[in-house]
Amino acid sequence: MTAVTSDDRSEQDVERSDIEKATDRSFIWGTGILAIAVAAVLLWIAAQVATEAMPAIQTIGLDFLTRSTWDPVDDIYGILPAIYGTLISSLIAILLAVPIGLACAIVLSENFLPISIRTPLTFLIELLAAIPSVVYGLWGIYVLIPFIEPIGNWLHDNFGWFPLFSTPYQGPGMLPAGIVLAIMILPILTVIARDSLAALPTNLRWGSYGIGATRWRTIFSVLIPAAFSGIVGGIMLALGRALGETMAVTLVIGNSTDLNFSVLAPSVTISSLLASQFAEASGLQEDALFYAGLILFAITLIVNILAEIIVLRVKKY
Amino acid sequence: MPTHRKQQEEARDQHSVVDESEAVLRTENVKVTYGDTLALRDVSMDVPKNQVTALIGPSGCGKSTLLRCFNRLNDLIDGCKVEGKVFYRDKNLYSSKIDPVSVRRRIGMVFQKPNPFPKSIYDNITYGAKVNGFKGDMDELVEQSLQRAALWGEVKDKLKENGLSLSGGQQQRLCIARAIALKPEVVLMDEPCSSLDPVSTERVEDLIHELKEDYTIVIVTHNMHQATRVSDFTAFFNAEESDDGSRFGYLVEYDRTERVFEDPQEEATQKYVSGKFG
Repeated sequence: MTAVTSDDRSEQDVERSDIEKATDRSFIWGTGILAIAVAAVLLWIAAQVATEAMPAIQTIGLDFLTRSTWDPVDDIYGILPAIYGTLISSLIAILLAVPIGLACAIVLSENFLPISIRTPLTFLIELLAAIPSVVYGLWGIYVLIPFIEPIGNWLHDNFGWFPLFSTPYQGPGMLPAGIVLAIMILPILTVIARDSLAALPTNLRWGSYGIGATRWRTIFSVLIPAAFSGIVGGIMLALGRALGETMAVTLVIGNSTDLNFSVLAPSVTISSLLASQFAEASGLQEDALFYAGLILFAITLIVNILAEIIVLRVKKY
Repeated sequence: MPTHRKQQEEARDQHSVVDESEAVLRTENVKVTYGDTLALRDVSMDVPKNQVTALIGPSGCGKSTLLRCFNRLNDLIDGCKVEGKVFYRDKNLYSSKIDPVSVRRRIGMVFQKPNPFPKSIYDNITYGAKVNGFKGDMDELVEQSLQRAALWGEVKDKLKENGLSLSGGQQQRLCIARAIALKPEVVLMDEPCSSLDPVSTERVEDLIHELKEDYTIVIVTHNMHQATRVSDFTAFFNAEESDDGSRFGYLVEYDRTERVFEDPQEEATQKYVSGKFG
């Protein structure tokens, strides 16, 4: 551009109108306030739960985390079984869902199948997320629990010496809860993993094929490592969902507050404890439930922070 | 071969530019379609051994498409169909007996955008070797390949660092090193300098000059100066609009680079190399 043409430009061309500037400013303010409001709601909930839990925190203290009795009659409360139940049921869910979800994601992002099959398949997997959790719970009770009975019996008969399978299969318990959770978290895991695989530059794929790598080699040595941060992100979101899932778990886990290491025995998670007891709770029991809620909050927070750290560490693409 | 000689007759005068015994790659009436869309029509040309052959032409003329026929990378594009014959030595690459994976191990490729794997510099080089079942000394292979790609001096102290931490020009040389670590016979380059700055471009071009001692190179370029600087032979492709409005490419002229640029036989070539269009 030469000096002549820039001189030719009149002042008002350069100057933006006041209305335009005001719109810009109010837009920035408006979105800023909404974004802060979301964060504020989170803090507000956290603060509220903490306040309600305060009496229990003061009375019970940290024993709450290590005690394995939940006795409303004598007002003795400990949530070790619920912490164990929460972590183990989620762990079972993740162990089952990750390989299946990753396999789905690979099939859906590669061209193994014609697009006319892949699209409905993706839709069906996403639809899994649309099933209400209470329906999952009922399905768990009436279908899954009888269905996996032979597996439970087999595990106990053959590996009964192992603490995780030390009790006979009793129907409601940790194992069915873990399996229901696995199905529930499958869609989010699959969709995020598929998206992060599909988002990789074609270039990278071609680079690997171009030097004579097979499809499997390309997928496992190049694509999955390159999409790793996205996949881990998906796993962590799924884990967050599994840790907090309430309704379905409450229906299938048996809600036993006794500490039992066996996954074949009834157990309890923090959220199922809250769901099954809150309606009748009062006094210290109610405060203890708030305390338990606060602990669940802390667990999910820790999981999310860990996820962020992992994702930052391995971020490559 | 006499059977298709006849239909070749027309293309013959361009075709005979290269002494047939010297040809490493040869195409015969190659036609490429993407779904129902014609992309490239009737290409017959020979690529001579240990020379640099440049494919030039306007966008949409099918030069990258042709390049991808040489290592069957078009197989990866849904709906892409290649007709005609592509010979590597005496083997028809598109015969059903040929395994595309093994083709790609003999015919390496460098892409438009540097695409190192998100692995260490060292692993980027050894990846191809491992895929290939290479049994020798990996350290030596890494050093050799990086030396050959004129990158060793810059990276020898940081082989464990991620390949993506390098600059664009270095990444591209890493990709070249990665391709030659396979010890291929042919290296295909798809606009290897288009995302590089002039200094890096010069380095890569120098490298191409050196590499032709050992490899046959086919390079697609948009940059005509680059074609004159690096290539021995040049094929000019032009694009034409078909009835349905889509563009397809065809080979217009193929000759020694100086002839194509100084004394083109076709008007379209003349216009293109003198910068009148494209």
